[in-house]
Amino acid sequence: MALLEIAGLRKVFGQVVANDHVDLTVMPGETHAILGENGAGKSTLIKMISGLYKPDAGTILFDGALRNFNNPREAIVAGIGVVHQHFMLIPALTVAENVVLGIHGGWGRYDRKTAEEQVSKLSKEVGLPLDPTRKVEDLPVGMQQRVEIVKALYRQAKLLVLDEPTAVLTPQETEDLFEVVHHLNQDGIPVIFISHKLDEVRAVAHKVTVMRAGKTVFESPVGSASAQQLAYWMVGRDIVLQTQRDVVQSGATVLSVNDLTVFDDRHTKKVDNVSFAVKEGEIFGLAGVDGNGQTELVEAITGLRKLAHGSVYLQDKDISRASVAKRIEQGIAYIPQDRQRDGLVLPFSIADNLQLREVSKAPFSKGGWLQKRAARKHAEQLVEEFDIRPRNVDLPVGDLSGGNQQKVILAREMARRPMLLVAVQPTRGLDVGAIEGIHKHLLALRSEGRSILLVSLELDEILMLSDRIGVMHAGHLVAVYNNGEVSREELGLAMTGEITAKEAGA
Amino acid sequence: MKRLWKALSLPLYAVITGLILGAIIMAIAKYNPWSAYGSLLMGAFGNPIAIGNTVSGAIPLMLTALGIAVAFRTGLFNIGAEGQYWVGAMAAVFIGYNFASMPWYFHIPLALIAAMVAGGLWGGVIPGLAKAWVGAHEVITTMMMSYIAILLAHYMVEKGPMMQQGFVPQSPPITSSATLPTILTNSNLSAGLYIALAAVVVVHILLFYTSFGYKLRAVGYNAFAARYSGLPVALYTVLSLGISGVLAGLAGGVQFLGVDYQLTDTFQSGYGYTAIVVALLARNNPLGIVLASIFFSALSSGSQMMQITSGVSANMTDVITGIIIFFVAADRLYAYILRTFRKKQVIAVARKEVQG
Repeated sequence: MALLEIAGLRKVFGQVVANDHVDLTVMPGETHAILGENGAGKSTLIKMISGLYKPDAGTILFDGALRNFNNPREAIVAGIGVVHQHFMLIPALTVAENVVLGIHGGWGRYDRKTAEEQVSKLSKEVGLPLDPTRKVEDLPVGMQQRVEIVKALYRQAKLLVLDEPTAVLTPQETEDLFEVVHHLNQDGIPVIFISHKLDEVRAVAHKVTVMRAGKTVFESPVGSASAQQLAYWMVGRDIVLQTQRDVVQSGATVLSVNDLTVFDDRHTKKVDNVSFAVKEGEIFGLAGVDGNGQTELVEAITGLRKLAHGSVYLQDKDISRASVAKRIEQGIAYIPQDRQRDGLVLPFSIADNLQLREVSKAPFSKGGWLQKRAARKHAEQLVEEFDIRPRNVDLPVGDLSGGNQQKVILAREMARRPMLLVAVQPTRGLDVGAIEGIHKHLLALRSEGRSILLVSLELDEILMLSDRIGVMHAGHLVAVYNNGEVSREELGLAMTGEITAKEAGA
Repeated sequence: MKRLWKALSLPLYAVITGLILGAIIMAIAKYNPWSAYGSLLMGAFGNPIAIGNTVSGAIPLMLTALGIAVAFRTGLFNIGAEGQYWVGAMAAVFIGYNFASMPWYFHIPLALIAAMVAGGLWGGVIPGLAKAWVGAHEVITTMMMSYIAILLAHYMVEKGPMMQQGFVPQSPPITSSATLPTILTNSNLSAGLYIALAAVVVVHILLFYTSFGYKLRAVGYNAFAARYSGLPVALYTVLSLGISGVLAGLAGGVQFLGVDYQLTDTFQSGYGYTAIVVALLARNNPLGIVLASIFFSALSSGSQMMQITSGVSANMTDVITGIIIFFVAADRLYAYILRTFRKKQVIAVARKEVQG
């Protein structure tokens, strides 16, 4: 008998259908992978299973009873343990304290010795040896994940959900995790394993369910599904809507990235020896699953992150060591992924945000004095041109909708007629109308002979806009294709690391 | 106009709530709050001399609070303005009692510039660089630098190089050429008022009319976006704390050239701390700081009269100050109350429409 049986689950947020007709059956002792792109609805599903969201329709049958969790606590009590992507641990407390937190004792009583013994015993039993006296903040990420797993088991979880567990792990830690999963299965505890990496799913899971656009579209034992098949289901088979793209004669090289290597803040190599070039009048799309080095690559190009090795040229100028300000001056515009964090000063007005990157220059200031009238005029023009609503340029940007905030950034970056526009996820979280508008603006810029480096997690967007498509996986640029000469399945395989050598010409 | 009201309303609520709760406490203690507040008001504004002294007390608050506000605007918390005030005072007094032969139009500016440089280096540049280079948090560094400054001032007049000949732990008084003239006879009010008001205008212009001020504010609201825009965030950290220290140092200079004239060994002005409250109440608005510093100065200058005529302890004003701080800090509480109130109104209106 199935331990978990989900049927016809549906969840709607406003106008967005996040989950629809979701079915899932998990048997005792098996590992069931849920595979899907970013935004396919995996997280929403997990949140409904774990009691964070209430489904709008459908049923969750768990451990022989129909469940309707009102909060995560009820799910935990029922026996559902979830290890979230971002750990829910208190760094300053010890392993034992974190594990027993909220369950142990009554009011303020904490029996350290018993707790530590229990945690030590439990962790050994399940093959996850842990030192219960260590502080969580001193542990490496892999060990912190173990604490989370032990925490769930301590709460007598009958089902363990791992949400993208390998995203933060090193390859060795990943191997160890797989061991743990096998061990749990042997003890009869099933694991739901969320991932977007094909190789991992094939290594660890017995069964796989593929989600796409909020629906479960495919289910099969892992052994009988080929990688091609899974990739095909994952990225879908919809015909790509071709936007009208006039052919622009590709001319001189605008951006060239040579043997670039970049580390992240944790000193992990995130970009490994990447080389490519973007030509005049070209949109170069960079596809890939989130976290494969795109962010670091872009930061290195825009000057926000130091490069460890290699060089970046804008036309024939070496800008590898140039400051952000210098690069702005040289003609690099940048639409950052996190618009509220990096792209805008929310309490500033629309007009103030529109001059953010060039406030020291004419016409925005003269001799150090702000030229408010010029800024206003500039803003009023852009608000009109880019249809930013409402039309009031004195309004704080924080009061605008997400789509209009994005338009403010787009307007600011495009108004400078940049030589190169680096656009990261320019349409993330926007509605269809806003997306279309932004795509139109990007294509118009291209028609003027400007170059665009487009980074997106949406394959549709990449296929719709790009002239050439590069795919990143694990820090490598694994392939570069001419758009039109590559299928979605091929791209999907490259994104999941099934293609490792460069197979297509640049 | 609507925005101005919105900016003013919350601090005003805080002040009114503070005064009302203060009155309730007085009533519970069997004092008459009306006569207490009456005498407080009389003590602070009852005659020209009282007004002069109240305004005089507001001058160092105004300057120090301006400095704190500049730091706040850049997202920095300069908690050591008290120490910057004292290094400014030391520098001004030192210049003030030396160079006796200098004409006033050189002597006064020299003393004030020395005060500003000292305050700027002490409170701004050192903690600023420490933050920019090694990430030392400015709350800690400015506070520690503040203790050093206060103890250094003690040392200076207690057998240190600035001690006057004799046995009294105090510095020599400044010469007449370094003294800021009194502008209201029989009161403490000196020409320092003009300097403070000029500083208010300058800071206001700097913050809101120059590209430099725009950048300071951009860094303060969102350092990530500032970095993305190509601003050297570390440099602006140093500059902002520097300006903050310059203004606190100037406060010390103006106070000693205009009111105190010599260092004595009572190094507790409290201006550096009250000024934090002033800046908070004024929401870092330079013009608001003028009003807020006069308000707090009045609380303190009127409290003596209140104690004498109505018997309420002068410390009562500290209680009121505390309550005001609480409610300024808790402005979300007001926002919440206002919102629920409005929601209820909407529901009431809707009901009426349905029934009617």
